[in-house]
Amino acid sequence: MIVNWIAALGRWVRQTISDIGFAANSFFALLRASGGLWRRLRLVTDQIHFIGNYSLVIIAVSGLFVGFVLGLQGYYTLNKYGSEQALGLLVALSLTRELGPVVTALLFAGRAGTSLTAEIGLMKAGEQLAAMEMMAVNPLQRVIAPRFWAGVIAMPVLAAIFSAVGVFGGYVVGVLLIGVDEGAFWSQMQAGVDIWKDIANGVIKSFLFGIAVTFIALYQGYEAQPTPEGVARATTRTVVIASLAVLWLDFVLTALMFNK
Amino acid sequence: MPNLVEIRDLHFGYGDRPVLSGLRMDFPRGKVVAVMGGSGSGKTTILRLIGGQLQAQSGQIRVDGQTVNPQETTALYLLRRKMGMLFQHGALFTDLTVFENVAFPLREHTDLPDELLHDLVLMKLQAVGLRNAAQLKPSQISGGMARRVALARAIALDPGLIMYDEPFAGLDPISMGVTANLIRNLNQALGSTSILVSHDVHESFLIADYVYFLSQGMIVAQGTPAEMLESTDPYVKQFVHAEPDGPVPFHYPGKSLAQDLGLGVPS
Repeated sequence: MIVNWIAALGRWVRQTISDIGFAANSFFALLRASGGLWRRLRLVTDQIHFIGNYSLVIIAVSGLFVGFVLGLQGYYTLNKYGSEQALGLLVALSLTRELGPVVTALLFAGRAGTSLTAEIGLMKAGEQLAAMEMMAVNPLQRVIAPRFWAGVIAMPVLAAIFSAVGVFGGYVVGVLLIGVDEGAFWSQMQAGVDIWKDIANGVIKSFLFGIAVTFIALYQGYEAQPTPEGVARATTRTVVIASLAVLWLDFVLTALMFNK
Repeated sequence: MPNLVEIRDLHFGYGDRPVLSGLRMDFPRGKVVAVMGGSGSGKTTILRLIGGQLQAQSGQIRVDGQTVNPQETTALYLLRRKMGMLFQHGALFTDLTVFENVAFPLREHTDLPDELLHDLVLMKLQAVGLRNAAQLKPSQISGGMARRVALARAIALDPGLIMYDEPFAGLDPISMGVTANLIRNLNQALGSTSILVSHDVHESFLIADYVYFLSQGMIVAQGTPAEMLESTDPYVKQFVHAEPDGPVPFHYPGKSLAQDLGLGVPS
């Protein structure tokens, strides 16, 4: 009995290491395949439009509501200590450092990530990728790489939009509805938010989340079993793995970036 | 070199399960050669091996004098420019129009001016009778039409070798006849070599110059369609005359009915 457990554990460890190695190999193959993309930027811009544009509404609406909630909760807490003038700073720091990159990445995984996985999985199931290979066109170069870089570029832009709309949401609730002083709201934000420490680190975070989420989505689609069930499973895996990866990466990056 | 494609002592399998064993096949230039056999006999696998999408365990495949080696990506992609393949369900790009599907290989591999590319695509579509469907999406055309669009795409670069994977599967009799005629006529017009994988005896025998019969990964018979019709080989007879029982049994192999019903027949 114990021997079987140990054997099963050994198999699991071996399989996991093999899977990670295969994924890493695929990632480097994707980077190699990206070499000639600068000559066909249209492929990337089309995908930025597709991926970014379709995620824009959900990102903006979510940003607005997160801003509303931050404005409310922030006011309740700060008001206890008579510091409601710092509401603008609290909203801006929460969004640029954490909520902007993280929530955008989670929403991106659910909206664009699943769409990418399903699209690539169905292309595989419909033999479109195999047909491309037989036409001497490398699908990694023609299909996967443009989508990958589009996701990587779109993510920081979407996170910036999320944060900007969120700040506006905080302003609407804090200043317009509750009556926090407008001058204090903006001046505290301007004085307390650092362009490098807060905003640049948030951009770096969202860039890395973009790499992780887009690669996971594309990898899951490319490696999906070419059946309806296989594509459905791959889509679910994209959301689960990408979300966990974002949360784990966020912890690591926060520890590295804001350790003082 | 009289043969465009040569297969020598080819072995292929998935894990321990052999799919193809010791194949030797020749595909002469300018001919239509049919590879026939039941489902799971390894027909499509042969096409994938010729196209370099699968790696054989041993043996050799040569196309136009060049060895097919999936490991040498650059050489393989150059070799594939001489090939066209019609997939079983067409494998059209569903987000592109019929026109753009046919234009795809031309856009990828040539720098033709737009006007010339436009005319070339329309000529290819004219050859398959779908010039007026150029602006439709794959979802707006029938399965038979999709197969013809895929054929137009496969011949876009005028390949020397065209491979057809079950081109008649799921087609109505009219579409089947149209497709069979197209395969024969295009082969003559382009001076290419065609490999036709099918289990449709009637249509394949009408257009093929030579036939290989495959069973359990091995060639069990070969010859002209006329020779195959006269063949006394039990497998060929069963296949050609669509007999329900024979070397390919009606019942899935396993225990007998008496054993399953517990009637005391010794195992």
